[in-house]
Amino acid sequence: MLIQGLEIALDIVSAAMMLTGAFFVLAGALGMLRLPDFYTRMHAAGVTDTLGAELIIFGLMLQTGWTLDTGKLALLALFVFLTSPTATHATANAAYKSGLKPILSRFRPQANDGEGGAK
Amino acid sequence: MIMSVVDFAVAAMLALGMAMILARLFIGPTLYDRVLAVNAFGTKTVLFLVCFALMVDETAAIDIALLYALVNFIATIAILKFFRYRSLEVALSQMALRRALDREDD
Repeated sequence: MLIQGLEIALDIVSAAMMLTGAFFVLAGALGMLRLPDFYTRMHAAGVTDTLGAELIIFGLMLQTGWTLDTGKLALLALFVFLTSPTATHATANAAYKSGLKPILSRFRPQANDGEGGAK
Repeated sequence: MIMSVVDFAVAAMLALGMAMILARLFIGPTLYDRVLAVNAFGTKTVLFLVCFALMVDETAAIDIALLYALVNFIATIAILKFFRYRSLEVALSQMALRRALDREDD
């Protein structure tokens, strides 16, 4: 009885975490599609990569129970947590170094829509 | 049983997000938009694989997701390095040194 109740509670927490994570992933994808320039789109991608991914992976960890798969998922969460902000930072650094300027005002758009930035 | 329905719903939402990011990958005006979209698409592929693995109870796919996460990171860094230095041969530290020497020659 107690074990069954515990399993139901675990399922509910897992489903809530996974659906919240999927919501963040969708919001980040919508932001990447709709936001005006590269640096704002990067901000949307960063939300997805950390919060959404971690929530989905932790929700799945609650489903696998105490097995080897939980350890693999924990490793995956660690890798995603370490690598994806690093990759985003490297992309931003490369874009800034190549001369791609952010849009600073909505009403004075700058001409920066060339491939690889202005250089 | 009920949890595989939740897995399916999350996988469907991830697929929708992947479609949006694919659209950004094709229309994105600058090169760096495309690199960012490839990176985000890879992260979502990893999440989709993990959801799929638990949905059909085929847990070997978690190993593939683990591998894909690492390959995705290395690929992003390699693409950025290639577009900055137009070469993958030499180490980054030596690249910076060589570029500084070229600047002194000019």
